[in-house]
Amino acid sequence: MPQHKLTQLQELESESIHIMREVVAEFRNPVMLYSVGKDSSVMLHLARKAFHPGPLPFSLLHVDTGYKFKEMYEFRDWYVKEVGAKLIVHRNEDAIAKGMNPQDFGVARCCGALKTGALLEALEIGDYDAAFGGARRDEERSRAKERVYSMRDSFGQWDPKNQRPELWSLYNGRIHDGESVRVFPISNWTEMDVWQYIREENIPIVPLYYAKERLMVERGDHLIPAEEGQFLLEGEEPKMVMSRYRTLGCMPCTGAVRSSANTIEGIIEEASIATRSERETRIIDHGSNSMEDKKKEGYF
Amino acid sequence: MPSSNQASNQASNQASNQASDQEIELLRLVTVGSVDDGKSTLIGRLLYDTKGAFEDQLQAVRKDDGEGANGIDLAQLTDGLAAEREQGITIDVAYRYFSTPKRKFIMADCPGHEQYTRNMVTGASTANAAIILIDARKGVLQQTRRHTHIIGLLGLPHLIVAINKMDLIDYDEATFNRIKEELSEFCARQNIHDLICIPISALAGDMVVDRGDNMSWYQGQTVLETLEGVEVSGHIDEADFRFPVQYVCRPQTKELPDFRGFMGRIASGTVKVGDEVMQLPAGKKSKIKEIVTFDGNLDEAFAPQSVTLTLADEIDISRGDIIVHADKAPQIANEIDAIVCWMGEEPLTPRKKYHIKHATNTVKAMVSEIQYRTDINALTQDETAEALAVNEIGKVSLKLMSPLTVDRYADNRATGNFIIIDSFTNNTVGAAMIC
Ligand SMILES: Nc1nc2c(ncn2[C@@H]2O[C@H](COP(=O)(O)OP(=O)(O)OP(=O)(O)O)[C@@H](O)[C@H]2O)c(=O)[nH]1
Ligand SMILES: [Mg+2]
Repeated sequence: MPQHKLTQLQELESESIHIMREVVAEFRNPVMLYSVGKDSSVMLHLARKAFHPGPLPFSLLHVDTGYKFKEMYEFRDWYVKEVGAKLIVHRNEDAIAKGMNPQDFGVARCCGALKTGALLEALEIGDYDAAFGGARRDEERSRAKERVYSMRDSFGQWDPKNQRPELWSLYNGRIHDGESVRVFPISNWTEMDVWQYIREENIPIVPLYYAKERLMVERGDHLIPAEEGQFLLEGEEPKMVMSRYRTLGCMPCTGAVRSSANTIEGIIEEASIATRSERETRIIDHGSNSMEDKKKEGYF
Repeated sequence: MPSSNQASNQASNQASNQASDQEIELLRLVTVGSVDDGKSTLIGRLLYDTKGAFEDQLQAVRKDDGEGANGIDLAQLTDGLAAEREQGITIDVAYRYFSTPKRKFIMADCPGHEQYTRNMVTGASTANAAIILIDARKGVLQQTRRHTHIIGLLGLPHLIVAINKMDLIDYDEATFNRIKEELSEFCARQNIHDLICIPISALAGDMVVDRGDNMSWYQGQTVLETLEGVEVSGHIDEADFRFPVQYVCRPQTKELPDFRGFMGRIASGTVKVGDEVMQLPAGKKSKIKEIVTFDGNLDEAFAPQSVTLTLADEIDISRGDIIVHADKAPQIANEIDAIVCWMGEEPLTPRKKYHIKHATNTVKAMVSEIQYRTDINALTQDETAEALAVNEIGKVSLKLMSPLTVDRYADNRATGNFIIIDSFTNNTVGAAMIC
């Protein structure tokens, strides 16, 4: 008799596909948030698998701050075309025109306007009732608390003390007009699962994840890219450093790590001995509670 | 085989980068028990000792007074909400992850407070193993009984009892045995047998990952050894095939003008190309033509794979229908009896109408009768009950506005459960198991 067993990655994949199909079947107008990073690459790949041989039954939405890396824009446009997805890009043009930046206005205000503000604006314009996000519970301790279906009120706000029970794999998609859900199909994946899946499925990712000599400045514990348009402080001297990114965000707020891993094997090797979480290279998470507070305000 | 795999226990969170990757299975685990019995501390301890927590995460919960593991407040590793850390209690489930070379674990850390029972049921519903924590100083409490009863109703295949805070009772074997007796007796009354009981100190670390030096009188396995050993894949081959249709795929593209595939996740059992199948509730029959996936067609598929089925005949199938083997059909019901864990602030009462979601189908239903309410302490049934209040458990009869294709929960966990939704607030107010 054949052994019927799934590996843990196959089981996670099946769970994610089940969630995506459930949302598409039950919601009026879903959209998939696409942030160009590795988790988004995995999400898009899972979505293609979920609806094969049909086309993707929703658009991708990139909430762009204008501060992403050049390689991210190039990769986004190439990959989206490659898989035949429909991409919507939304920016908070108002704030961008006023010169919003983390240096002068602070990280919290900048993120509030260019990310949370722009996201809420885009969801409203698109009239979406469900938005897929690639957040994982292993990323951060307030994420570890979130349901797969995260209910949001008409302001997009999360109420962590009053989450709906979520039983078995029966997701309750009933909402009132004006409410929406954020859906996290890869909730149960870890950073390692994501890398291994990328290897096993040969999923393309932005080249910034691979190590090469890059122009950097050292700021405290962080390695900050000294690319064009970057804000440098007095006395900061850019130099070439063999480095790569563990997570990707906005250029001014994303740190790199010293590394020589230039293959997926190398990345997995590094991740397997990492002693610090990937979030640490994101300047925005720091400060007590910041993720929980941001989510309460509508961040995804 | 105590202490034999000490080395493997030292595995890191990210240790899955090995040849054995392919065989690594998933175990979904939940910790339950009364308030302050040490659930979050145990999960923190498991993460800490298996190096499943990163240094920066540990740093964030380091205290000055040097208690616990190197001065780390282990419970705060999982208590991720500000309100939880302020109050020192768990409010909602936290999901944490770690792997050893043998397994990947998804751990749901549940709150012990009665007020948050709905969150405990949430965490337990997807698990295949539970650890019930008991404070050795306090023994079996009402919440221990409530949680144990719920775990029993949910039918989790594996139950482990961790008698915690042994450090506070001088690691006393007699106390351990007394509590073990007491809980075993309570469990036997609801048909839960063969309890695995482990004396531990989550705070000091004894018998969690390492054996420690304080309990040489205990010969059994540590918590981690037990978790690595329990069977996870169950009896897929013996279970009847159930395929709730989630979504009908009709691309209508130039390449696939006539493709009609039924998308879903196999809830139980296995299916092969050529199998005689039947769609329910209408009962139309056909044969499996293809099992389609992105990676190519399969000859055979099994639970819990997500696949797309095509059939040899053009029969009408839509979301909410269930595809089964023609000779092993479930029941079609217009009325069902179910054990309900009630979570609504408004009590459940006869004649009230709700929505219920079962598999991929949502229908309206009316409560026709409350058969009984369970007394958690005495395990008796109060047949005079006229309502189920929040956090109460009982047996209820429901009249369905349209028929559902159901199994008994005891026969099939995946098609034997449903949720009750308040039609006005849209909240999930009940977890139900069909009897
Ligand atoms: N001495 C001792 N104290 C412990 C042990 N395990 C937990 N504690 C302490 O007991 C208290 C409660 O622990 P938690 O882990 O928060 O308990 P909990 O079961 O998660 O509580 P709730 O989630 O609120 O139900 C904390 O102060 C812990 O440090 C142990 O093995 N020995
Ligand atoms: Mg707790």
